[in-house]
Amino acid sequence: MTVGVLALQGSVSEHAKLIRSVNKKIDVVEVRTIDELATVDGLIIPGGESTTLRILVDNANLYTPIKARVEAGMPVWGTCAGLILLANNIEGERPYFGLLDATVKRNAYGRQIDSFVTEGDFADMYINMVFIRAPKITKVGEDVDVLSELDGAPVAVRQGNVLATAFHPEMTKDNRVHRYFCNMIENKV
Amino acid sequence: MAVKEPSKADTRKLLNRNLAQLLKGGVIMDVTDAEQAQIAQAAGATAVMALERVPADIRKEGGVARMSDPKMIAEIQNAVTIPVMAKVRIGHFVEAQILEAIKVDYIDESEVLTPADDMYHIDKNKFATPFVCGARDLGEALRRIAEGASMIRTKGEAGTGNVVEAVRHMRKMRSQIAEVSALPTEQLATYAKDIGAPLELVRYVAKNKALPVVNFAAGGVATPADAALMMQLGADGVFVGSGIFKSADPKARAEAIVKAVAHFGDPVILAGVSYGLGEPMRGIDVESLPDDKRLAKRGW
Repeated sequence: MTVGVLALQGSVSEHAKLIRSVNKKIDVVEVRTIDELATVDGLIIPGGESTTLRILVDNANLYTPIKARVEAGMPVWGTCAGLILLANNIEGERPYFGLLDATVKRNAYGRQIDSFVTEGDFADMYINMVFIRAPKITKVGEDVDVLSELDGAPVAVRQGNVLATAFHPEMTKDNRVHRYFCNMIENKV
Repeated sequence: MAVKEPSKADTRKLLNRNLAQLLKGGVIMDVTDAEQAQIAQAAGATAVMALERVPADIRKEGGVARMSDPKMIAEIQNAVTIPVMAKVRIGHFVEAQILEAIKVDYIDESEVLTPADDMYHIDKNKFATPFVCGARDLGEALRRIAEGASMIRTKGEAGTGNVVEAVRHMRKMRSQIAEVSALPTEQLATYAKDIGAPLELVRYVAKNKALPVVNFAAGGVATPADAALMMQLGADGVFVGSGIFKSADPKARAEAIVKAVAHFGDPVILAGVSYGLGEPMRGIDVESLPDDKRLAKRGW
Protein backbone atom coordinates (compact mmCIF):
# COMPACT_ATOMS: atom_id res chain seq x y z
CA MET A 1 0.00 0.00 0.00
CA THR A 2 1.23 3.49 -0.81
CA VAL A 3 -0.05 6.48 1.15
CA GLY A 4 0.57 9.96 -0.23
CA VAL A 5 0.93 13.13 1.80
CA LEU A 6 0.36 16.32 -0.15
CA ALA A 7 3.74 17.96 0.45
CA LEU A 8 3.33 21.56 -0.67
CA GLN A 9 3.08 23.15 2.80
CA GLY A 10 2.19 22.22 6.38
CA SER A 11 2.38 19.21 8.71
CA VAL A 12 3.79 16.82 6.11
CA SER A 13 6.56 15.08 8.08
CA GLU A 14 4.25 14.58 11.09
CA HIS A 15 1.69 12.69 8.96
CA ALA A 16 4.40 10.70 7.19
CA LYS A 17 5.94 9.60 10.49
CA LEU A 18 2.64 8.36 11.95
CA ILE A 19 1.66 6.50 8.77
CA ARG A 20 5.05 4.74 8.84
CA SER A 21 4.43 3.81 12.47
CA VAL A 22 1.18 2.04 11.52
CA ASN A 23 3.00 -0.56 9.45
CA LYS A 24 6.56 -0.62 8.17
CA LYS A 25 5.36 -2.18 4.91
CA ILE A 26 3.40 0.92 3.96
CA ASP A 27 5.20 3.20 1.54
CA VAL A 28 4.80 6.92 2.15
CA VAL A 29 5.18 9.28 -0.81
CA GLU A 30 5.40 13.06 -0.58
CA VAL A 31 3.16 14.32 -3.37
CA ARG A 32 4.16 17.49 -5.21
CA THR A 33 3.56 16.42 -8.81
CA ILE A 34 1.03 14.58 -10.98
CA ASP A 35 3.47 11.68 -11.40
CA GLU A 36 3.80 11.29 -7.64
CA LEU A 37 0.02 11.44 -7.23
CA ALA A 38 -0.34 8.57 -9.72
CA THR A 39 1.65 6.23 -7.42
CA VAL A 40 -0.54 6.55 -4.30
CA ASP A 41 -3.56 4.53 -3.12
CA GLY A 42 -4.76 7.23 -0.73
CA LEU A 43 -3.92 10.87 -0.06
CA ILE A 44 -3.61 12.96 3.10
CA ILE A 45 -4.12 16.71 2.78
CA PRO A 46 -2.26 17.98 5.85
CA GLY A 47 -2.76 20.89 8.18
CA GLY A 48 -1.32 24.20 7.07
CA GLU A 49 -2.82 27.37 5.69
CA SER A 50 -5.73 26.69 3.34
CA THR A 51 -5.20 29.96 1.42
CA THR A 52 -1.60 28.91 0.73
CA LEU A 53 -2.48 25.31 -0.14
CA ARG A 54 -5.17 26.18 -2.69
CA ILE A 55 -2.71 28.43 -4.55
CA LEU A 56 0.01 25.78 -4.50
CA VAL A 57 -2.34 22.96 -5.57
CA ASP A 58 -3.52 25.09 -8.51
CA ASN A 59 0.02 25.98 -9.40
CA ALA A 60 1.23 22.37 -9.33
CA ASN A 61 -1.66 21.45 -11.66
CA LEU A 62 -2.91 19.00 -9.04
CA TYR A 63 -6.50 20.26 -8.68
CA THR A 64 -8.10 18.26 -11.50
CA PRO A 65 -6.14 15.02 -10.97
CA ILE A 66 -6.78 14.96 -7.21
CA LYS A 67 -10.46 15.67 -7.71
CA ALA A 68 -10.74 12.98 -10.41
CA ARG A 69 -8.93 10.37 -8.29
CA VAL A 70 -11.17 11.02 -5.27
CA GLU A 71 -14.32 10.95 -7.41
CA ALA A 72 -13.12 7.61 -8.75
CA GLY A 73 -12.93 6.28 -5.20
CA MET A 74 -9.41 7.02 -3.90
CA PRO A 75 -9.54 7.54 -0.11
CA VAL A 76 -8.59 11.07 0.95
CA TRP A 77 -8.17 12.52 4.44
CA GLY A 78 -8.02 16.23 5.16
CA THR A 79 -6.90 17.60 8.54
CA CYS A 80 -7.82 21.18 9.44
CA ALA A 81 -6.77 23.08 6.27
CA GLY A 82 -7.38 19.79 4.41
CA LEU A 83 -10.96 19.73 5.70
CA ILE A 84 -11.48 23.29 4.43
CA LEU A 85 -10.22 22.34 0.96
CA LEU A 86 -12.51 19.27 0.81
CA ALA A 87 -15.77 20.94 1.91
CA ASN A 88 -18.35 21.95 -0.70
CA ASN A 89 -19.28 25.06 1.24
CA ILE A 90 -16.99 27.54 3.05
CA GLU A 91 -18.65 30.43 4.86
CA GLY A 92 -17.65 33.69 3.13
CA GLU A 93 -15.34 32.03 0.59
CA ARG A 94 -15.62 30.03 -2.59
CA PRO A 95 -15.23 26.29 -1.97
CA TYR A 96 -12.25 24.38 -3.39
CA PHE A 97 -12.49 20.64 -4.13
CA GLY A 98 -16.13 20.38 -3.02
CA LEU A 99 -15.76 16.65 -2.38
CA LEU A 100 -17.40 16.61 1.06
CA ASP A 101 -21.01 17.63 1.65
CA ALA A 102 -20.33 19.95 4.58
CA THR A 103 -20.23 23.64 5.47
CA VAL A 104 -17.15 24.92 7.31
CA LYS A 105 -16.33 28.18 9.01
CA ARG A 106 -12.64 29.10 9.08
CA ASN A 107 -10.85 30.10 12.32
CA ALA A 108 -14.17 29.63 14.11
CA TYR A 109 -12.57 28.79 17.44
CA GLY A 110 -10.54 32.04 17.48
CA ARG A 111 -6.87 32.97 17.27
CA GLN A 112 -3.82 31.04 18.49
CA ILE A 113 -4.39 31.96 22.14
CA ASP A 114 -7.75 30.15 21.85
CA SER A 115 -6.19 26.93 20.47
CA PHE A 116 -6.79 23.93 22.76
CA VAL A 117 -6.47 20.21 23.38
CA THR A 118 -9.42 18.05 24.37
CA GLU A 119 -10.41 14.39 24.28
CA GLY A 120 -13.35 12.60 22.78
CA ASP A 121 -14.71 9.70 20.78
CA PHE A 122 -13.57 9.03 17.23
CA ALA A 123 -15.52 6.19 15.61
CA ASP A 124 -15.20 3.54 18.38
CA MET A 125 -12.00 4.97 19.95
CA TYR A 126 -11.28 7.58 22.60
CA ILE A 127 -8.55 10.00 21.48
CA ASN A 128 -6.78 13.30 22.18
CA MET A 129 -7.82 16.09 19.84
CA VAL A 130 -5.53 19.04 19.07
CA PHE A 131 -7.35 22.11 17.74
CA ILE A 132 -5.14 24.90 16.32
CA ARG A 133 -6.90 27.93 14.86
CA ALA A 134 -9.37 25.29 13.80
CA PRO A 135 -12.33 25.46 11.42
CA LYS A 136 -15.82 24.53 12.60
CA ILE A 137 -18.13 22.21 10.69
CA THR A 138 -21.45 24.03 10.86
CA LYS A 139 -23.56 21.73 8.68
CA VAL A 140 -23.28 18.27 7.13
CA GLY A 141 -25.29 16.57 4.38
CA GLU A 142 -27.40 13.44 4.86
CA ASP A 143 -24.78 11.10 3.42
CA VAL A 144 -22.11 12.25 5.87
CA ASP A 145 -21.31 10.15 8.96
CA VAL A 146 -20.25 12.08 12.04
CA LEU A 147 -17.32 10.25 13.71
CA SER A 148 -16.56 12.82 16.44
CA GLU A 149 -18.43 15.66 18.07
CA LEU A 150 -17.42 18.53 20.30
CA ASP A 151 -20.11 20.47 22.13
CA GLY A 152 -22.69 19.05 19.76
CA ALA A 153 -20.84 20.10 16.56
CA PRO A 154 -19.15 17.55 14.26
CA VAL A 155 -15.32 17.65 14.33
CA ALA A 156 -14.60 14.45 12.38
CA VAL A 157 -16.74 13.30 9.46
CA ARG A 158 -16.72 10.70 6.72
CA GLN A 159 -18.57 10.51 3.44
CA GLY A 160 -17.62 7.25 1.74
CA ASN A 161 -13.95 7.56 0.73
CA VAL A 162 -13.61 11.10 2.11
CA LEU A 163 -12.43 11.54 5.73
CA ALA A 164 -12.00 14.94 7.36
CA THR A 165 -10.99 16.11 10.83
CA ALA A 166 -11.04 19.67 12.19
CA PHE A 167 -8.30 18.60 14.63
CA HIS A 168 -4.73 17.35 14.14
CA PRO A 169 -4.11 13.66 14.94
CA GLU A 170 -0.64 14.15 13.38
CA MET A 171 0.33 16.39 16.29
CA THR A 172 -0.05 13.51 18.78
CA LYS A 173 1.93 10.30 19.29
CA ASP A 174 -1.24 8.24 18.81
CA ASN A 175 -1.46 6.64 15.34
CA ARG A 176 -4.97 5.20 15.62
CA VAL A 177 -6.65 7.72 13.32
CA HIS A 178 -3.86 7.09 10.80
CA ARG A 179 -4.55 3.36 11.20
CA TYR A 180 -8.24 4.05 10.57
CA PHE A 181 -7.35 5.85 7.31
CA CYS A 182 -5.02 3.01 6.26
CA ASN A 183 -7.92 0.61 6.82
CA MET A 184 -10.07 2.76 4.54
CA ILE A 185 -7.41 2.34 1.84
CA GLU A 186 -6.92 -1.37 2.56
CA ASN A 187 -10.61 -2.04 2.08
CA LYS A 188 -10.49 -0.31 -1.32
CA VAL A 189 -7.24 -1.76 -2.64
CA MET B 1 -1.72 6.59 26.83
CA ALA B 2 -0.11 9.30 28.95
CA VAL B 3 0.93 8.07 32.37
CA LYS B 4 0.73 11.49 33.91
CA GLU B 5 -1.67 14.24 33.00
CA PRO B 6 0.20 17.06 31.17
CA SER B 7 0.09 20.44 32.91
CA LYS B 8 -1.71 23.39 31.40
CA ALA B 9 1.64 25.05 30.68
CA ASP B 10 2.96 21.92 28.93
CA THR B 11 -0.17 21.73 26.79
CA ARG B 12 0.17 25.38 25.82
CA LYS B 13 3.83 24.88 24.93
CA LEU B 14 2.93 22.00 22.62
CA LEU B 15 0.08 23.90 20.95
CA ASN B 16 2.43 26.80 20.31
CA ARG B 17 5.13 24.57 18.83
CA ASN B 18 2.40 22.86 16.76
CA LEU B 19 1.33 26.15 15.15
CA ALA B 20 4.92 26.67 13.98
CA GLN B 21 4.88 23.13 12.55
CA LEU B 22 1.78 24.02 10.55
CA LEU B 23 3.66 26.96 9.03
CA LYS B 24 6.42 24.69 7.69
CA GLY B 25 7.14 24.89 3.99
CA GLY B 26 5.68 28.37 4.03
CA VAL B 27 6.70 31.99 3.66
CA ILE B 28 6.06 34.59 6.36
CA MET B 29 6.09 38.11 4.94
CA ASP B 30 6.76 41.50 6.57
CA VAL B 31 3.89 43.91 5.92
CA THR B 32 3.33 47.47 7.05
CA ASP B 33 -0.39 47.91 6.34
CA ALA B 34 -3.62 46.07 5.56
CA GLU B 35 -3.18 46.41 1.81
CA GLN B 36 0.25 44.78 1.85
CA ALA B 37 -1.14 42.05 4.13
CA GLN B 38 -3.82 41.26 1.55
CA ILE B 39 -1.24 41.14 -1.25
CA ALA B 40 0.85 38.76 0.87
CA GLN B 41 -2.11 36.49 1.63
CA ALA B 42 -3.25 36.44 -1.99
CA ALA B 43 0.28 35.47 -3.02
CA GLY B 44 0.18 32.49 -0.65
CA ALA B 45 1.95 33.70 2.50
CA THR B 46 1.32 31.35 5.46
CA ALA B 47 1.49 34.26 7.90
CA VAL B 48 2.30 37.96 7.95
CA MET B 49 4.58 39.94 10.27
CA ALA B 50 3.05 43.32 11.07
CA LEU B 51 5.56 46.10 11.58
CA GLU B 52 5.70 49.86 11.08
CA ARG B 53 8.88 49.97 9.00
CA VAL B 54 10.58 47.12 7.16
CA PRO B 55 14.20 46.54 8.27
CA ALA B 56 15.64 48.29 5.18
CA ASP B 57 13.82 51.48 6.19
CA ILE B 58 14.80 51.12 9.85
CA ARG B 59 18.41 50.99 8.65
CA LYS B 60 18.00 54.01 6.42
CA GLU B 61 15.97 56.23 8.75
CA GLY B 62 17.58 55.27 12.06
CA GLY B 63 16.01 56.28 15.37
CA VAL B 64 14.47 53.91 17.89
CA ALA B 65 12.45 51.09 16.33
CA ARG B 66 9.59 49.93 18.57
CA MET B 67 6.53 47.68 18.65
CA SER B 68 3.91 48.75 16.10
CA ASP B 69 0.77 50.69 16.98
CA PRO B 70 -1.94 48.18 18.06
CA LYS B 71 -4.35 50.01 15.74
CA MET B 72 -2.22 49.16 12.73
CA ILE B 73 -1.90 45.54 13.89
CA ALA B 74 -5.67 45.29 14.42
CA GLU B 75 -6.27 46.59 10.88
CA ILE B 76 -4.03 43.86 9.54
CA GLN B 77 -5.76 41.23 11.73
CA ASN B 78 -9.08 42.32 10.25
CA ALA B 79 -7.76 42.26 6.68
CA VAL B 80 -6.49 38.65 6.55
CA THR B 81 -7.40 35.15 7.74
CA ILE B 82 -3.82 33.82 8.04
CA PRO B 83 -1.90 34.13 11.34
CA VAL B 84 -0.65 37.62 12.22
CA MET B 85 2.71 38.00 13.96
CA ALA B 86 4.22 41.18 15.36
CA LYS B 87 7.57 42.24 16.79
CA VAL B 88 8.60 43.42 20.23
CA ARG B 89 11.95 44.80 21.32
CA ILE B 90 14.36 42.37 23.00
CA GLY B 91 13.51 42.33 26.72
CA HIS B 92 10.42 44.53 26.41
CA PHE B 93 7.93 42.31 28.19
CA VAL B 94 5.28 45.02 28.38
CA GLU B 95 5.17 45.33 24.58
CA ALA B 96 4.67 41.54 24.64
CA GLN B 97 1.84 41.87 27.18
CA ILE B 98 0.15 44.35 24.85
CA LEU B 99 0.49 42.06 21.83
CA GLU B 100 -0.94 39.20 23.89
CA ALA B 101 -3.88 41.40 24.92
CA ILE B 102 -4.74 42.05 21.25
CA LYS B 103 -4.40 38.32 20.48
CA VAL B 104 -1.52 38.41 18.05
CA ASP B 105 -0.90 34.80 16.90
CA TYR B 106 2.90 34.88 17.30
CA ILE B 107 5.30 37.39 18.89
CA ASP B 108 8.77 37.95 17.41
CA GLU B 109 11.21 39.14 20.09
CA SER B 110 13.36 40.73 17.45
CA GLU B 111 16.84 42.16 17.06
CA VAL B 112 15.44 44.24 14.18
CA LEU B 113 13.88 46.58 16.74
CA THR B 114 16.03 48.57 19.16
CA PRO B 115 16.72 46.43 22.25
CA ALA B 116 14.96 47.55 25.45
CA ASP B 117 17.19 45.45 27.71
CA ASP B 118 20.90 44.99 27.07
CA MET B 119 21.22 41.98 29.40
CA TYR B 120 18.06 39.90 29.46
CA HIS B 121 15.47 38.56 27.06
CA ILE B 122 11.77 38.23 27.92
CA ASP B 123 10.76 35.29 30.14
CA LYS B 124 8.56 33.90 27.41
CA ASN B 125 7.38 31.00 29.61
CA LYS B 126 5.11 33.50 31.35
CA PHE B 127 3.06 34.04 28.19
CA ALA B 128 0.31 31.95 26.58
CA THR B 129 1.06 33.52 23.19
CA PRO B 130 3.90 31.81 21.28
CA PHE B 131 7.24 33.50 20.57
CA VAL B 132 9.70 33.22 17.71
CA CYS B 133 13.29 34.36 18.31
CA GLY B 134 16.38 34.83 16.17
CA ALA B 135 19.54 32.77 16.71
CA ARG B 136 23.01 32.68 15.16
CA ASP B 137 24.04 29.32 16.58
CA LEU B 138 22.87 26.37 18.67
CA GLY B 139 23.65 27.94 22.04
CA GLU B 140 21.61 31.05 21.29
CA ALA B 141 18.72 28.95 19.95
CA LEU B 142 18.64 26.75 23.06
CA ARG B 143 18.80 29.75 25.41
CA ARG B 144 15.77 31.23 23.66
CA ILE B 145 13.92 27.88 23.76
CA ALA B 146 14.70 27.59 27.49
CA GLU B 147 13.15 31.05 27.95
CA GLY B 148 10.02 29.75 26.21
CA ALA B 149 10.43 30.39 22.45
CA SER B 150 8.26 27.98 20.40
CA MET B 151 9.98 28.68 17.10
CA ILE B 152 13.49 29.69 16.04
CA ARG B 153 14.71 31.58 12.99
CA THR B 154 18.17 32.51 11.82
CA LYS B 155 18.99 36.15 12.41
CA GLY B 156 20.74 36.68 9.13
CA GLU B 157 21.32 40.39 8.60
CA ALA B 158 17.89 41.96 8.21
CA GLY B 159 17.28 44.76 5.74
CA THR B 160 20.38 44.07 3.65
CA GLY B 161 18.92 41.86 0.92
CA ASN B 162 22.11 39.84 1.41
CA VAL B 163 21.66 36.20 2.33
CA VAL B 164 25.23 35.50 3.45
CA GLU B 165 24.59 35.86 7.19
CA ALA B 166 21.46 33.69 7.13
CA VAL B 167 23.51 31.02 5.33
CA ARG B 168 26.25 31.31 7.96
CA HIS B 169 23.76 30.97 10.83
CA MET B 170 21.94 28.01 9.27
CA ARG B 171 25.19 26.19 8.49
CA LYS B 172 26.52 26.85 11.99
CA MET B 173 23.34 25.50 13.56
CA ARG B 174 23.32 22.38 11.39
CA SER B 175 26.98 21.58 11.98
CA GLN B 176 26.62 22.07 15.75
CA ILE B 177 23.58 19.77 15.79
CA ALA B 178 25.60 17.14 13.90
CA GLU B 179 28.54 17.67 16.24
CA VAL B 180 26.55 17.31 19.46
CA SER B 181 24.71 14.27 18.11
CA ALA B 182 28.05 12.50 17.67
CA LEU B 183 29.36 13.20 21.19
CA PRO B 184 29.60 10.53 23.89
CA THR B 185 27.06 11.38 26.62
CA GLU B 186 29.73 12.19 29.21
CA GLN B 187 30.85 15.14 27.08
CA LEU B 188 27.40 16.77 26.88
CA ALA B 189 27.60 18.76 30.13
CA THR B 190 30.85 20.42 29.10
CA TYR B 191 29.49 21.05 25.60
CA ALA B 192 26.39 22.67 27.14
CA LYS B 193 28.59 24.86 29.32
CA ASP B 194 30.75 25.86 26.34
CA ILE B 195 27.82 27.00 24.19
CA GLY B 196 25.91 28.51 27.13
CA ALA B 197 22.88 26.28 26.79
CA PRO B 198 20.86 24.24 29.32
CA LEU B 199 22.05 20.61 29.56
CA GLU B 200 18.53 19.19 29.24
CA LEU B 201 18.06 20.83 25.84
CA VAL B 202 21.55 19.80 24.68
CA ARG B 203 20.62 16.21 25.61
CA TYR B 204 17.41 16.55 23.59
CA VAL B 205 19.30 17.76 20.50
CA ALA B 206 21.94 15.01 20.86
CA LYS B 207 19.25 12.33 21.06
CA ASN B 208 16.91 13.65 18.34
CA LYS B 209 19.49 15.24 16.00
CA ALA B 210 17.18 18.25 15.76
CA LEU B 211 15.97 21.28 17.69
CA PRO B 212 12.81 20.68 19.73
CA VAL B 213 11.10 23.43 17.68
CA VAL B 214 10.79 24.46 14.05
CA ASN B 215 13.69 26.46 12.58
CA PHE B 216 13.01 29.02 9.83
CA ALA B 217 15.42 31.13 7.78
CA ALA B 218 15.32 34.92 8.06
CA GLY B 219 17.44 37.97 7.35
CA GLY B 220 18.50 38.93 3.84
CA VAL B 221 16.31 36.67 1.68
CA ALA B 222 15.55 38.66 -1.50
CA THR B 223 15.03 36.21 -4.37
CA PRO B 224 13.27 32.86 -5.00
CA ALA B 225 16.74 31.33 -5.31
CA ASP B 226 17.72 32.71 -1.87
CA ALA B 227 14.59 31.17 -0.36
CA ALA B 228 15.22 27.78 -2.00
CA LEU B 229 18.89 27.94 -0.93
CA MET B 230 17.82 28.28 2.71
CA MET B 231 15.36 25.39 2.32
CA GLN B 232 18.04 23.16 0.77
CA LEU B 233 20.31 24.06 3.70
CA GLY B 234 17.64 22.64 6.03
CA ALA B 235 15.32 25.52 6.93
CA ASP B 236 11.71 24.54 7.68
CA GLY B 237 10.37 27.70 6.05
CA VAL B 238 11.34 31.29 5.29
CA PHE B 239 10.69 34.79 6.59
CA VAL B 240 10.99 37.53 3.99
CA GLY B 241 11.24 41.05 5.31
CA SER B 242 12.25 43.95 3.09
CA GLY B 243 12.82 41.60 0.13
CA ILE B 244 9.24 41.69 -1.12
CA PHE B 245 7.85 45.18 -0.65
CA LYS B 246 11.20 46.84 -1.45
CA SER B 247 11.35 45.13 -4.86
CA ALA B 248 10.06 46.43 -8.20
CA ASP B 249 7.03 44.10 -8.35
CA PRO B 250 6.05 42.92 -4.84
CA LYS B 251 3.07 40.79 -5.91
CA ALA B 252 5.00 38.81 -8.51
CA ARG B 253 8.00 38.42 -6.21
CA ALA B 254 5.82 37.25 -3.30
CA GLU B 255 4.15 34.63 -5.50
CA ALA B 256 7.50 33.49 -6.87
CA ILE B 257 9.06 33.06 -3.42
CA VAL B 258 6.04 31.06 -2.19
CA LYS B 259 6.39 28.68 -5.13
CA ALA B 260 10.16 28.47 -4.71
CA VAL B 261 9.78 27.38 -1.07
CA ALA B 262 7.15 24.74 -1.93
CA HIS B 263 9.30 23.33 -4.77
CA PHE B 264 12.72 24.16 -3.34
CA GLY B 265 14.35 21.03 -4.74
CA ASP B 266 13.15 21.43 -8.33
CA PRO B 267 15.51 23.64 -10.41
CA VAL B 268 13.14 23.69 -13.41
CA ILE B 269 10.36 25.23 -11.30
CA LEU B 270 12.88 27.58 -9.66
CA ALA B 271 14.02 28.77 -13.10
CA GLY B 272 10.40 29.31 -14.12
CA VAL B 273 9.48 31.42 -11.11
CA SER B 274 12.69 33.48 -11.37
CA TYR B 275 12.04 34.33 -15.01
CA GLY B 276 11.48 38.04 -15.75
CA LEU B 277 10.82 38.92 -12.12
CA GLY B 278 12.23 42.46 -12.31
CA GLU B 279 14.58 44.22 -9.91
CA PRO B 280 15.06 42.71 -6.47
CA MET B 281 15.73 45.10 -3.59
CA ARG B 282 19.08 46.83 -4.08
CA GLY B 283 20.79 45.42 -1.01
CA ILE B 284 23.91 46.10 1.02
CA ASP B 285 27.20 44.28 1.19
CA VAL B 286 27.33 43.05 4.79
CA GLU B 287 31.14 43.37 4.84
CA SER B 288 30.71 47.13 4.44
CA LEU B 289 28.57 47.40 7.59
CA PRO B 290 30.30 48.66 10.72
CA ASP B 291 29.72 46.54 13.83
CA ASP B 292 27.23 48.95 15.38
CA LYS B 293 25.01 48.65 12.28
CA ARG B 294 24.86 44.87 12.50
CA LEU B 295 21.47 43.90 13.91
CA ALA B 296 22.45 40.24 14.38
CA LYS B 297 24.83 41.26 17.17
CA ARG B 298 21.82 42.24 19.29
CA GLY B 299 20.74 39.40 21.61
CA TRP B 300 22.49 37.85 24.57
